[in-house]
Amino acid sequence: MALRKVKGNIERLFDKSLTDLVRGIRNNRDNEARYIAQCMDEIKLELKQDNIAVKTNAIEKLAYLQMLGYDISWAAFNIIEVMSSTKFTCKRVGYLAAAQTFSDETDVLMLTTNMIRKDITSSNLYDASIALGGLACFISNDLARDLANDAMSLMTSSKAYVRKRAVLLMYKVFLRYPDALRPCFARLKEKLEDPDPGVQSAAVNVICELARKHPKNYLALAPTFFKLMTNSSNNWMLIKIIKLFGALTPLEPRLGKKLIEPLTTLIHSTSAMSLLYECINTVIAVLLSVASGLPDHTASIQLCVQKLRILIEDSDQNLKYLGLLAMSKILQAHPKSVLSLKDLILQCLDDRDESIRLRALDLLYGMVNKKTLMDIVKKLMDHMEKAEGSGYRDELLTKIIFICSQNNFQHVVDFEWYVSVLVDLTKMEGTHHGEQIAAQLLDVAVRVSSIRHFTVQQMAILLENAHKLPLSAHGSTLHEVLLSAAWICGEFSEHLIDPRDTMEAMLRSKVTSFPPHIQAVFVQNIGKLCSKVMVKAEAEEEGETIRAVGRVLVDRLGMFVNSSELEVQERASALLQIIQLVLKHQEDGGKVAGALQAFYAGELNPVAPQAQKKVPVPDGLDLDAWINEPVAEKKETSEEESDEEDDRRVQSPVLFTKSARTKGFTHEENSEGRTTPSRPELSEKELQDIRNQRLVEQASNPYYIKPSSKGSRRTSSNVFSSPDTPKDVSDDVNGIAGLTSSERYLRQQKKDKPSVKKDKKKSKKDKKDSDDEGGVTTHVVNRDLGEMPEGATFSDDAHSDENDPYKSLNIDVQSPLRIDERLPVSAHRQVTSQRAVDPVVEEKTTKKKKHREDGEKKSRKSKAKTEEDALEKTGKKKKDGTSKKSSKKAAQEVSLISMAEEPDSAGTTVVVQEEHPQTPHVVEDRNTTGTDDLSFWLTQDNQPKEKAADRPNTLEVKRPTSSAEKKAAKESKEKKKKKSRSKLRSHSAEEELVDDVPEIVDKTGYEEAFSMELEAISGNGSPAVEEAPLSRFTLLTEDKNVKLEYDTYISDASRQQIAVNVVFTNKLTDGTLKNIAFEVVDSVGLVVDQSSGIEIPVKFAQMPPKSNWNMTLELTLKANSASPQTVRGTVTYMKVDTAGGSSGQEMRDFRLRLPGSAFLLPVQVSVDEFAMVLESGQLSQSADAQLELPGATKFSDVLTRICFRGRFFLVEHIGNSATLHAMSILQQRAVVMVKLLPGTPNRLSLVAKSTDPALTGPLLEEIVASVRG
Amino acid sequence: MIRGILVFNNHGKPRLIKFYEHYKEDVQQQIVRETFQLVSKRDENVCNFLEGGSLIGGSDYKLIYRHYATLYFVFCVDSSESELGILDLIQVFVETLDKCFENVCELDMIFHVDKVHHILDEIVMGGMVLETSMTEIVMRIEEQQKVEKHEAGISSAPGRAMNAVKNIDLSQIKDMKFPDVQLPAFKNFKL
Repeated sequence: MALRKVKGNIERLFDKSLTDLVRGIRNNRDNEARYIAQCMDEIKLELKQDNIAVKTNAIEKLAYLQMLGYDISWAAFNIIEVMSSTKFTCKRVGYLAAAQTFSDETDVLMLTTNMIRKDITSSNLYDASIALGGLACFISNDLARDLANDAMSLMTSSKAYVRKRAVLLMYKVFLRYPDALRPCFARLKEKLEDPDPGVQSAAVNVICELARKHPKNYLALAPTFFKLMTNSSNNWMLIKIIKLFGALTPLEPRLGKKLIEPLTTLIHSTSAMSLLYECINTVIAVLLSVASGLPDHTASIQLCVQKLRILIEDSDQNLKYLGLLAMSKILQAHPKSVLSLKDLILQCLDDRDESIRLRALDLLYGMVNKKTLMDIVKKLMDHMEKAEGSGYRDELLTKIIFICSQNNFQHVVDFEWYVSVLVDLTKMEGTHHGEQIAAQLLDVAVRVSSIRHFTVQQMAILLENAHKLPLSAHGSTLHEVLLSAAWICGEFSEHLIDPRDTMEAMLRSKVTSFPPHIQAVFVQNIGKLCSKVMVKAEAEEEGETIRAVGRVLVDRLGMFVNSSELEVQERASALLQIIQLVLKHQEDGGKVAGALQAFYAGELNPVAPQAQKKVPVPDGLDLDAWINEPVAEKKETSEEESDEEDDRRVQSPVLFTKSARTKGFTHEENSEGRTTPSRPELSEKELQDIRNQRLVEQASNPYYIKPSSKGSRRTSSNVFSSPDTPKDVSDDVNGIAGLTSSERYLRQQKKDKPSVKKDKKKSKKDKKDSDDEGGVTTHVVNRDLGEMPEGATFSDDAHSDENDPYKSLNIDVQSPLRIDERLPVSAHRQVTSQRAVDPVVEEKTTKKKKHREDGEKKSRKSKAKTEEDALEKTGKKKKDGTSKKSSKKAAQEVSLISMAEEPDSAGTTVVVQEEHPQTPHVVEDRNTTGTDDLSFWLTQDNQPKEKAADRPNTLEVKRPTSSAEKKAAKESKEKKKKKSRSKLRSHSAEEELVDDVPEIVDKTGYEEAFSMELEAISGNGSPAVEEAPLSRFTLLTEDKNVKLEYDTYISDASRQQIAVNVVFTNKLTDGTLKNIAFEVVDSVGLVVDQSSGIEIPVKFAQMPPKSNWNMTLELTLKANSASPQTVRGTVTYMKVDTAGGSSGQEMRDFRLRLPGSAFLLPVQVSVDEFAMVLESGQLSQSADAQLELPGATKFSDVLTRICFRGRFFLVEHIGNSATLHAMSILQQRAVVMVKLLPGTPNRLSLVAKSTDPALTGPLLEEIVASVRG
Repeated sequence: MIRGILVFNNHGKPRLIKFYEHYKEDVQQQIVRETFQLVSKRDENVCNFLEGGSLIGGSDYKLIYRHYATLYFVFCVDSSESELGILDLIQVFVETLDKCFENVCELDMIFHVDKVHHILDEIVMGGMVLETSMTEIVMRIEEQQKVEKHEAGISSAPGRAMNAVKNIDLSQIKDMKFPDVQLPAFKNFKL
């Protein structure tokens, strides 16, 4: 054995290493393929050896060959062998090769699940990292499902290096296994606030990717991102966040308003072009979303345009390109502001760089108006002549047409010009957009009746000179133009000077070299022209002309009749027959031209693009029901039929409508026999008659005898092969059923059935037999959408792409998790339930797994326990009065969990039952979750008044926060769930779970504070408050240059943290403030929280004139009473005026006052609970006051005011008395009873009670002040 | 998201191919060829963005590239990436290569493509940007090299020796001028 090993090692020396391979390939340039084939053989031999180092070497070489394009999927198993090596060096090679080659089709991937799990959870940092990186490349649906849970636990790894990879991996997991998204999302969200910036940035990255596809699901995260944006200095992350906001703003205009300010500041302050550019982009998105309503949006647009101008004028082509790109977005919303850049943009058209030219082209449509159109198009045409490379030329052509035709030729004044432009375009060589030109010609001719005369003449010339057009050029589609030309000449033949000449031009033999669908149109329109000529000749009694024309036609039509294309042949045959008939009648002296003309009478109206789709299904028509049972016969004819149909389908959309035309059987019947196929049943005799009649017709038509003509075939099959069973006959009448064997075909037919009516109409239109709706277009430009079926309206049918891989990720991440939503945990766990059944499998389970499971159980147990504790705790502390709306839910969860764990934790259920009755009125619309929080955040400082007005005057038991609570509860629940699954952390579960509970409260407080602070202002009676009771902010300090305002909310009740939001305003209209520093000094009761990342003093470099700056300061309440607190501080700054001169340092002192109510949370209690609290007598400290209400104040208004200012929850409101409840962050209860004294309508009695005298007195004063105010 | 990262030389020879979406080998080669066609015909000092090739992506995708001496570095990205950001990222990538290889040149990429992959894996993971700080990346790479060296230890000595032998350029030896060495005369020595 040892010997073999040594031998293997020595042999190894002579194996080729990767370097040898590369060198060998380089030395064998001439016969590379052979050399590599030889190497492949060697590699295959090497892979057969046991030595892992040899294998690794071989795989390394294979990975290199893969890059050169060699398929190495055959070595998948060997790659896995190398991946499973314990050596880092080998493993890395294995994972690299796997990342390069593995795909969904790699079947051996399913062998790897456990190995990969082991690797990603490896304690070796780099083993884990290469495994995570590799997995991100080759993750399959199965792997994603099986490893989702492990990846999620890795997000909490102690190593940031692993954490950030795990976070990024989650995105790949979500893509492959969307069910993982909801269970994982809470943790992902946590990662947004990870201490490590790399992890943070990874989380932002993932959420941005998720949100990009489905932004509305992530709208609720806006506040978090906003905070990140205002605090972060990592440009990479900022770019991502700002891009994300760009995607979110269209959904929520209020968000945009909030964003404008910080973004503008960033635009002014950043030196990074990439960040600047993304800011501009998002500002544009904001402007697009708000459009109007933002008072100073013109300023923002100007700012963007001005900055973009700088970019466009930059010598760096990249900036130029991006500037133009962003400009096109502004153009959509504010075309006028871009107009000033017209010259600059036209200049960019001359740029050497094609990318830039294309971008500039995109902008052109906005530069165009009635005056400039012709110039610009001229310029584009010049460019087209000079342009090299058909790609760019085609792009130019498309743009010219787009610019001119936008909004139905809005800018075109002179249509003769436009037609000549189009004609000119046909002379350009090698364009691939003949169809576009053709469509434009048709469009103009149909819509603009006044231009028809000119158009027709142009088209006639075009037809005369058809042979001179550069049709032969490779790939050119210019011949399409001839189709339009022929149609226009035929349709509007009255404008032709000499119809006969045109007709003869269309009969030239060269025409047969055109594509068949064009020939078909030619034949049809020759007919039209011929009728025109004959009518005229007949009117003028020129029999000779008629005969001459007839002879020419009979002569020349032969070449079409001989066409191998069915459509051409058929139309030509029909026309030929008609002409012969006409000639015969004419010889007999009859007048037939009128009848001939009737074939083509009537005018066409534009048909709306959706018309066909919108045809309503008639009542009582079941599209899915069989009309006839499918019959399997007459295969041979069906083939030909379908062939022919294919032809027709190819041709029909080109000329008349884009809508899919119904298949041709009924159409066929219409044109030949005029049978009505929709008639359910015909009598035997009728059928016979019809058939005979058709037989006669066909017999008289020589062209129907040809083998390829389906008419004769069908007839013969009917006549000879089918006995006269009624069934068969009816099949025949329906025209389809009998001819097909495939079910699909039948179903198709049934779809066609309902539109028979429509079909007829259309075929009439095609043939121009009659068109009763044909109103003559009298407008200069018919800008109608086109005809629609009655009652149908035009709509944008948003077609969702079925194949969108991201579609399945459209998941609401905000709604609470259901109990069954959890990640599948590794297979072993599932096995455990069948432990008895399959002991062998269980044996395989490693000790570790077992341990894991135990841990899990423990953690679950402990979790249940802590939950129980928590509930008890809240129950006690809040006297059950604080029971949240969510508690029922929470309780349910507990009960569910505890039921599962019943043997282990018997006590839990008891608690649950205790809790249950205490939450009697749980009525809340869950749907409002998330959006509520968001709207509070959004309205926070922009629309305080509006919001206040929205609120009902009477305080119903309206609980804006319960959703937030629910969310919080949900989150904690999620956490718990996850914890139950995070095996290795059971020991820590308990303490963490304890943390969760206060979090519920704190969350509540946070959200509540938002809602409340709309009106609630610290009621310490500062004059500003008195004057503007609904204003959110309290003045902190103010001088002639600067104004500071603040408000507070409770940010973290468990840690007694109050967030103070300070807004700086630069009052100057023309001066910048510099070197601003804001400092507060800790007081005895309040300490600035340094851990929040804010350094005191807070400094920022500069503030442009008339700008705001927002800053949030966290303060911790150290006092053991929620009495009013004051913090002193200073703000210093320098003023710089426009001339650049700066004043000296200026300083303002201030006192930041936090009234008692700042520490209160409006905690909800039920009436019963409230009564119990009062009865318990623990609220010993009481104070009362009486006051006269000013004027005609309503009692309900008073209540509203007290609740908002004092942050109270309205427990009960009966007649002229009410009770309010709140809880301080020190868990002290405060209760207020408000009563209108009987007899004196305006005298109010207030009684405040709490456990703390330091709270009660000041609070009452505050309330009194707020009522007076 | 980054869809793919391609490095090829002025003749379109691939030096690194990394796709974050699976493509068959022949498609990969086709993409390389097409991308090379698109990129190589562009002048220097035109902008570094290209609206994607037909094979990757579609309208949402862009090619963002930089040209260094003999090599093109091309990133194919979708609209969630910042164009200028990716340009910076390419710069970071190249500078990191430069640091790790000490004056990187095409030959380094040819002979050590595996190492280049490992460096790239520290920067981009699964199509998403992982790390942009060069010091952090270089530090991680160096640590991995340490692990590698430690593992190789003594057992790799023969291999290394062999490589050294293989690396000797025989042509050089041939040309080597040996100084005229006076051989001792063994006159009395009888064979």
